[in-house]
Amino acid sequence: MYTEAVMDHFFNPRNAGELADADGVGEAGNPVCGDIMRIYLKIEDDKIVDIKFKTFGCGAAIATSSILTELVKGKSIAEAEKITNRAVAEALGGLPPQKMHCSNLAADAFHKALAAYRQNQSKSAPAVG
Amino acid sequence: MERIYLDHAATTPVDPRVVEAMIPYFTANFGNPSSIYQEGQRAKRAIEESREKVAELLGAADAREIVFTGGGSEADNLAITGVARAYREKGNHIITSAIEHHAVLETCKDLEKHGFTVTYLPVDEYGLVDPEAVREAITGQTILISVMHANNEVGTIQPIAEISKIAHEKGVLFHTDAVQTVGSIPLDLKELGVDLLSLSAHKFYGPKGAGALYVKRGTRLRRLIHGGAQERRLRAGTENVAGIVGLAKALELAVAGLDKTVPHLVELRDYFIKELLARVDHVKLNGHPTKRLPGNISVSFEFVEGESILLNLDRKGIAASSGSACTSGSLDPSHVLLAMGISHETAHGSLRLTLGKENTKEQLDYVLGVLEETVTRLREISPLYQRQIS
Repeated sequence: MYTEAVMDHFFNPRNAGELADADGVGEAGNPVCGDIMRIYLKIEDDKIVDIKFKTFGCGAAIATSSILTELVKGKSIAEAEKITNRAVAEALGGLPPQKMHCSNLAADAFHKALAAYRQNQSKSAPAVG
Repeated sequence: MERIYLDHAATTPVDPRVVEAMIPYFTANFGNPSSIYQEGQRAKRAIEESREKVAELLGAADAREIVFTGGGSEADNLAITGVARAYREKGNHIITSAIEHHAVLETCKDLEKHGFTVTYLPVDEYGLVDPEAVREAITGQTILISVMHANNEVGTIQPIAEISKIAHEKGVLFHTDAVQTVGSIPLDLKELGVDLLSLSAHKFYGPKGAGALYVKRGTRLRRLIHGGAQERRLRAGTENVAGIVGLAKALELAVAGLDKTVPHLVELRDYFIKELLARVDHVKLNGHPTKRLPGNISVSFEFVEGESILLNLDRKGIAASSGSACTSGSLDPSHVLLAMGISHETAHGSLRLTLGKENTKEQLDYVLGVLEETVTRLREISPLYQRQIS
């Protein structure tokens, strides 16, 4: 039901954990649906220098979170923010149809983390998690 | 790697003695039971002997009360729609419970589209139906009550004899879906007092595609499948002879083994539950502590999701199931857990292990270790667990 890439990211998640001094934190999903993804960003010179995730959810939810962190880490904000949920699913070689909507929200969480970073910047206040 | 199968409520492996009993009816005795020549009559005889055996093992008054079907779901459909259509003149109200198998619930939903009204009785936190609530729900229009004997997800065993008595006091027919109990616990139709009872062979080490409906003499039914006089005109279609023979043989073996399997499974079940609750935090047992199927373990782990537990268990050689949305094939988690008042979040973290006669304590010790490690690892990356402990 899942591709090898999904299974690999599920069993060996990359960048799992959190960043205590994150510059932006974003969350997508909700526990009622059974999926929550939270993304922590560290940004320097408009570049994603570090990223971590924490996810409650099924195999697809964890795998999409993991591969998203790989796809955007080290990239400039301008480049990274082009990422979409669809691109994340494609990078995993596809997801079962019923997983495309409920469990494929990692890019949403990432965009929310970027928005939180920008808000923090404009207020020039420290990041809140 | 040795596989550890802990999903016996889903299906069971066919007992080799059952396979052996079935084989002649694929080959030497392949005849159509409706044919008058010897090959056909041999097959016919095998069906009638199976019918007598099943009737006797269940405590039916007459072999003619057993109708063979293509499985448990078909038996449920035949019982409910069959009674609804046959008794339409008498009334249009059906009572069932919120935690029935979909074979019952969706049949009721379908009848609602055809002029019937259905009451879905709630259950308590253990998944029990209150017999007094059944009594109160009965109206002058009620023609059928259907409450499952034991629940397939949480294993809760209902007070069927009591509900049956109430139904009959009010002159209402009573059906029970006994797919999870026939062959798993001692069962006597005379004690249960039901009018209709569904069973399925593959739940007790018999073949898939074979089931039966017990229909107490005098109960009218309208058939669902047309096109032949088989099964006393209640189920058209050339009989699944090998399946029927297998069903009867499997039931015979299961009933003969109950003295050994029931205490064995209860001991394993209670050991596993006790150990798990001691070793893992934020986990709770779903269902009733004692009024439950011998082999049923249903628990919910908070802060983790069921499918991700199952994938980890499968990789470590363990087959189990969950009531999470991802495994239920819909966006909602199990309707049974929700009806018991368990939150969506917690229902997503449910895990069901259903034990069978071949399982051992050593296997369960291994499963306990894998489960503890899996849940710990998933919680480490769960934002909900972090929220809980901070």
